Amino acid sequence: MSNTHFVNKNHFDPNAEEPLTREQERYYLATQWQLMWWKLKRHRLAMVSGAVLAFMYFSVVIAELLAPYALASRNTDFIYAPPQKIHFFHEGELIGPFVYGFSFKLNMKTLRREYTENTAIIQPIRFFCSGDKYQFWSLFDASFHFFCPSKSGTLFLLGTDRLGRDVLSRIIYGTRISLTIGLVGIIFSFIIGITIGGLAGYYGGWIDNLTQRMIEIIRSFPELPLWMALSASLPVTWSPILVYFGITLILGMLDWTGLARAVRSKLLSLREEDFAQAAQLMGAKPRRVIARHLLPSFTSHLIASATLSIPSMILGETALSFLGLGLRPPITSWGVLLTEAQNINAVELYPWIMTPVIPVIVVVLAFNFFGDGLRDAADPYH
Amino acid sequence: MLSYLIHRILIMIPTLFAISIITFVIIQLPPGDYLSTYIAELQSQGENVDIAKIEALRAQYGLDKSMVEQYCFWVLGLLQGDLGFSFEYQLPVSEVVGDRLLLTLILNFTTIIFIWLVSFPIGIYSATHQYSWGDYGLTFVGFIGLATPNFLLALILLYFANVWFGTSIGGLMDPIYIDQPWSTAKFLSILEHLWVPVVVIGTSGTASMIRRLRANMLDELQKQYVITAKAKGLHPLKALIKYPLRTSLNPFIADIGNMLPQIISGSAIVSMVLSLPTTGPMLISALQSQDMYLAGSFLIFLALLTVVGMFLSDLALAWLDPRIRLGGGASK
Repeated sequence: MSNTHFVNKNHFDPNAEEPLTREQERYYLATQWQLMWWKLKRHRLAMVSGAVLAFMYFSVVIAELLAPYALASRNTDFIYAPPQKIHFFHEGELIGPFVYGFSFKLNMKTLRREYTENTAIIQPIRFFCSGDKYQFWSLFDASFHFFCPSKSGTLFLLGTDRLGRDVLSRIIYGTRISLTIGLVGIIFSFIIGITIGGLAGYYGGWIDNLTQRMIEIIRSFPELPLWMALSASLPVTWSPILVYFGITLILGMLDWTGLARAVRSKLLSLREEDFAQAAQLMGAKPRRVIARHLLPSFTSHLIASATLSIPSMILGETALSFLGLGLRPPITSWGVLLTEAQNINAVELYPWIMTPVIPVIVVVLAFNFFGDGLRDAADPYH
Repeated sequence: MLSYLIHRILIMIPTLFAISIITFVIIQLPPGDYLSTYIAELQSQGENVDIAKIEALRAQYGLDKSMVEQYCFWVLGLLQGDLGFSFEYQLPVSEVVGDRLLLTLILNFTTIIFIWLVSFPIGIYSATHQYSWGDYGLTFVGFIGLATPNFLLALILLYFANVWFGTSIGGLMDPIYIDQPWSTAKFLSILEHLWVPVVVIGTSGTASMIRRLRANMLDELQKQYVITAKAKGLHPLKALIKYPLRTSLNPFIADIGNMLPQIISGSAIVSMVLSLPTTGPMLISALQSQDMYLAGSFLIFLALLTVVGMFLSDLALAWLDPRIRLGGGASK
C-alpha cells in the first residue's frame, strides 16, 4: 500500500486557527508580579491608599522640612492657643495665604486663656523660607522649611499644647516614630513567623503539633495586658532608642502567630505539589525547597497579610504610649502626643490636642484598604 | 458530643498550665522584686533600712526561694483559690480585688451581647442590600470604628454622655453606691454607666463582625439552592431566614472565641481611661509597682476568661454544627 502520511508542507503555526491578539499575548507573557500590578491598578481605593501611605512615608524622610517649627521650640506666649485659620482675602482684597494674629486675654473669672483673632494683624505665610533651626537627621544644622510663619508672627494651624509647642509640627515629627515602629515590628514578626510556620508546615508531625499548641496558647492571651506587662518590665534606665526597639520587639513577639499559621497552611498544601516532590527527589535540601520553590509561590500573600497587620501594631504602640508604658518623651510619637489628651478637660477646653488621632485613623484605614487591594491582587489568576 | 467535650477539656489543661508558666515568667521579668523597690523608696525618703527586717520579710513572702519553688508555691495556692499576697496593699489579693473580677465579667459579657445585637441586623441588611448607599455608609462607619483608638473614643463619648445625659464622669456606678451591698438601685446605676464602655469596647468588634457576617451571607445568597427557592416562589423573607441565615450563623459563634482576646484587651485600656472599677486600672498600677502576685492574678484571670470563653464558643459551635461534633474537619 502506498499509504503515505499526509504532511503539510507549510510551516507549523500553533496560532494559525486562532491568532492571539496583542492584548492576549501581553497577558500570557506577563510575569506574576506584572499581573499583580495590573490587577492592583484597577483597585482604585487601594491605589489612593497606597499613594497616601507613600506620601506619609516620604514625609518621614523630610519631617524637618515639612514642619513649620522645630520639634522642641516653645512659644511661651501662646499656651493652649487654638488653631489659626488660613485666610486669603482681607476685607475683600486678595493677599494670598495668611493668618490673623492673636489678641490674648486672661479671663480672671475662669482663669482661662482666651485667644481671639485680631484682624488688624495680618501675618502672611512664607514659603521656602528659613525659620526655626534644626539638625537634619541629627547630621547637620539647617533652617530651611517649606513654609513658616511670618517673621515675628505665629502659624499654629492645629493650635499649641500646654508648653506652647506647635501641634502640627509635633504630629509631623511623630510620623517618623509611629510609622517606622509598625515596619520594624512587622520585620521582627515576619522573621519569626516564616521560620516557625515554615518548620511546622514543611515537617508536619510533632513539630507541627507543638507549634500549633504554642500558637494557640499565645493567641489565647489578651494582647494588650500582655504588652503592658512586657513593656512594664523594660528597665527604666534604658535610653529612649533602646526602649523604641524593645517596644517593637514586644509588638512583634505577639504578632507572628497569624503569619506563622498562614505560612504553615500554605506549605502543607504546596509541599504535596508535583514540583515540590520533584525538587525533593532530585535531592534538594529542605531549606532550598522551602526558600526556592515553595516560598515564592505565596510571597505575595505574605506581603498582603503583613500589610494588614501593620495597623494593629500602630494602634498598639499608640495605646501603650498613651498609658505611659510605651515610648517616653523626648521620643515623639502620635501615642506620646495623645497622652496630653488624657483627661476629659482636654476634650472640653482644648479639643485640638486630640488632632494626632487623625493621622492614626488615616494611616490605619490606608493600610487596611491597601492590604485588601494587595490581597485581591495577590491572586492574579482569579 | 461527649467525646468531643472530653477531648476539648483535655486540651485546655496543658494550655492553662502553659499560661500559668508564661504569666509567672512575665511577672518575674522586671529586675529586682517588690522589696528592692520598697527599699529604694525608703532610702530615697532618708529612712533607715533594717536589713534584718527586710530579710525576715523576704523569707516570709518566699522571695528567697528558687524560681521553681516560688512557681510551685504560687500555682498550688491558685488551685486552692489562694491568689497570694499583695505587697502594696498588705492584704491578701482576693480582698484587694473584691468586686473587680465580677464587674470585669459583666462588662465583657455585656459587650459581647452588644456586638451580637448590633452586628446581626446590620450585617444582614448590608448583605441583602449590597452596594446600596446604606451598605456603603454602614461599612464606612464600621471602618472608622475599626481605626479609631479605643481610648480616645471613650473620652469623647464620655464627654457627650456627661453633657447630654448628665451621667457622672468615670466609674461604673454613681459614687454613693461604691462599697455598698448589691441592690436594685445599684444595679440600675451600673446599667446607666455601663453603656459608654460597652459601646466603646464593642465598636471595633462590631465592625469586624459585620464584615464577616456580610461576606458569609453574600457567599450563601449566591448559592444555587437559594436561587431555586426564590425561583419556586418562596417568600423572600423565608428564603433568607430559613437557610442562608442559619449557615452564616456559624462565624457568629466561632468569632466570639477569636474576638474575646480583643474585647478583653479593649476593656483593659478603656477601663483605665474611664477609671472603671475593673481589672484594668489596678493591673497597670500593680505592674508599675511590681506587686507581682496582684498583677499575676489579673493576668491569669484575663487569660482564663479568654480560654473559658473560647471553650464555650467551641462547645456552642459543636452543638450548632454537626461536622465539628462528629469529628470531621473543623470549618470556620
